[in-house]
Amino acid sequence: MSEPLLDVTGLAKHYPVREGLILAKQVGTVRAVDGVSFSVKRGETLALVGESGCGKSTTARLVLRLIEPSAGTIRFEGADVTRITGAAQRAMRRRMQIVFQDPYASLNPRLTVADTIAEPMAVHGIGDAASRRKRVEELLSLVGLRSFHAQRYPHEFSGGQRQRIGIARALSVQPDLVVCDEPVSALDVSIQAQVVNLLKDLQRRFGLAYLFIAHDLAVVKHVADRVAVMYLGQIVEIGNKADLFANPRHPYTRALLAAIPHPDPQRRGQVKPLGGDVPSPMNPPPGCRFHTRCPFAQDRCRSEAPALRPMADGHEAACHFAETLPPAGLDFAGGLSEAAARRLALYARARAA
Amino acid sequence: MTDDLLRIDGLRTVFRTHGGEIAAVDGVDLSVPRGRTLGIVGESGCGKSVLSLSVMRLVAHPGRVAAGHVALDGRDLLSLSNAEMRDVRGSQVAMIFQEPMTSLNPVHTVGFQITEAMRAHDARASKADLRDRAIDALKRVRIPAPERRFDEYPHQLSGGMRQRVMIAMALACKPKLLIADEPTTALDVTVQAQILDLLRDLQQETGMSIILITHDLGVVAEMADEVAVMYAGRVVERAPAGALFGDPMHPYTLGLLGSVPRLDEERENLLAIEGSVPPPFALPKGCRFHPRCPFAVPECRSEQPPLRPIAEGHQAACLRAPVEAFAA
Ligand SMILES: Nc1ncnc2c1ncn2[C@@H]1O[C@H](COP(=O)(O)OP(=O)(O)OP(=O)(O)O)[C@@H](O)[C@H]1O
Ligand SMILES: Nc1ncnc2c1ncn2[C@@H]1O[C@H](COP(=O)(O)OP(=O)(O)OP(=O)(O)O)[C@@H](O)[C@H]1O
Ligand code: SF4
Ligand code: SF4
Ligand SMILES: [Mg+2]
Ligand SMILES: [Mg+2]
Repeated sequence: MSEPLLDVTGLAKHYPVREGLILAKQVGTVRAVDGVSFSVKRGETLALVGESGCGKSTTARLVLRLIEPSAGTIRFEGADVTRITGAAQRAMRRRMQIVFQDPYASLNPRLTVADTIAEPMAVHGIGDAASRRKRVEELLSLVGLRSFHAQRYPHEFSGGQRQRIGIARALSVQPDLVVCDEPVSALDVSIQAQVVNLLKDLQRRFGLAYLFIAHDLAVVKHVADRVAVMYLGQIVEIGNKADLFANPRHPYTRALLAAIPHPDPQRRGQVKPLGGDVPSPMNPPPGCRFHTRCPFAQDRCRSEAPALRPMADGHEAACHFAETLPPAGLDFAGGLSEAAARRLALYARARAA
Repeated sequence: MTDDLLRIDGLRTVFRTHGGEIAAVDGVDLSVPRGRTLGIVGESGCGKSVLSLSVMRLVAHPGRVAAGHVALDGRDLLSLSNAEMRDVRGSQVAMIFQEPMTSLNPVHTVGFQITEAMRAHDARASKADLRDRAIDALKRVRIPAPERRFDEYPHQLSGGMRQRVMIAMALACKPKLLIADEPTTALDVTVQAQILDLLRDLQQETGMSIILITHDLGVVAEMADEVAVMYAGRVVERAPAGALFGDPMHPYTLGLLGSVPRLDEERENLLAIEGSVPPPFALPKGCRFHPRCPFAVPECRSEQPPLRPIAEGHQAACLRAPVEAFAA
């Protein structure tokens, strides 16, 4: 079997919480990421999914070495990213790029689009001014923008267009891995679809690997090869998309899936809310972190933390009772109505014409 | 005949800008039956919030309602005095917004804010009485330990809890109509499900009507009896929820349905809609969707298609709907 492109083991990030302006006494620790392991193969998409504050962006920043881990190792093609320095580190940095959620905040308003896209090439000393200009032209067309856009500024673009600029910038240095931190969450659905299609297309063409962060499971199901579900700084379930969606074993994964309203009024009333709120990552509950909200919690769950274990189909879940839970009772049959599907086919045909 | 609580006719709301006057809402007709939910969907900037603010008469300068009628229970809200309208706002129509943190005052306790809202409509109630009623209101929106929450500040609550407080305040005066503008957009999906569940229960209990504004097709499918799809300031399709999803007519509605990834279907590529929504100062002539519409024909560039009946209770503003009639 081929070596994974990215291999993360036992990754943790703990932030001290201080109180008091002068003495700044440490009063606690935010366990933003608390022992996370996963790998990403060349050309594949691993999605990290979970609710706000579960540690997705912190994981992304750790992988990119934008922040220092409190524990754990990050290997890129087998080399320990946390140990290399100097030229080797710069070379590694080039091969991992990021696309951010907020296309408004993530672009420098004073740089033209051309300079924005060329900046990583300049930082990494790739090419000269002329070859970079040429590459910018290529990249603009690659992400569906026009060459006259090069001399404009970010504020002249819509959200979807800015996200395209961010993608062009990330691709400028030919990375192997692109960390996408909620790249479509801030976009309207029609634009979201454009950007998702673009990301998938670019992946096919360049063999990119994506660490794709999202909180929308329908988007995840559409883009991912494998999925990791996070809760309070930890991965509670991970595996191939097909296995995980067909047979979710962790009660939290099931709760997430059951909470999504389907765009189909015939299935109204099937949404099942999960009770309670996410506990503070400063005081994660003892034992299984999900026990305060889990409908299946037993005494054992309150004291003993469950480890990620392989299930029958090979995907992994961290629940003491994963094998004996009642059926999830999730119904993903349905799809578009006949009339809608027929007209959508006409739409696609008319557009292609 | 249906028993409509709210009727909106020919509503047009404009803003004065540097480039001249723009119409954010441009000729909208809608109605909401008693005890029912109208869902309004559409992408960012299509006029959903301006429409609801117009109904509440809360459009701020440089905006104003330039034409149309808004009748609640047969009473024209647009011709009321400011004092009369204030009264209607507290007691008959209430509104909740996407971001509860910006609508709650961070320096006052939750309890203070709810009792103030109640006092505005019942100046004679005693402090103890208001406190009891506020705690009841918190109970009704299923806030655990309401006595304790009463004395807490907004920042001590989670996002979902804050939205519950907003709902409690909105419902404190038993409105007949609740306008919920993206009430769950800022919330996690498990918390969204709690809030939707709560809204549905409260509607059953009180018989209020709801206008639910969202860009999430899943949320409308889950909640709405009738759906209006808006595009660039106009309603382009209106139908009972079953018909809108089962028999979508307008190309924009089709584009939206094709753009959302679904859990119940695998597709290699999403349909997506080309281009983006035009800003109100650069609206195309004729059908406003024509630059993005794959079915557009030359007539679409000159004529603005009116909303016309296309099936029982189903209207669409498209010259060519249903599209298969023209597909050769
Ligand atoms: N610099 C920091 N100092 C202290 N706590 C932090 C810091 N950065 C993040 N956190 C906390 O760590 C936790 C994880 O945050 P993170 O941003 O990784 O979550 P997320 O899963 O990306 O959430 P979202 O979906 O809202 O983007 C949160 O509780 C957050 O408040
Ligand atoms: N104060 C204002 N001055 C000028 N234009 C405005 C003003 N308020 C709103 N608009 C314009 O009116 C249009 C409709 O805005 P509105 O807020 O109703 O959109 P929306 O459908 O609620 O969008 P979103 O989904 O982003 O909330 C937008 O194009 C907006 O730019
Ligand atoms: S270990 Fe216990 S509390 Fe945790 S998910 Fe499984 S059943 Fe629920
Ligand atoms: S009127 Fe023409 S442009 Fe407008 S939606 Fe219908 S076919 Fe498309
Ligand atoms: Mg994040
Ligand atoms: Mg709005």
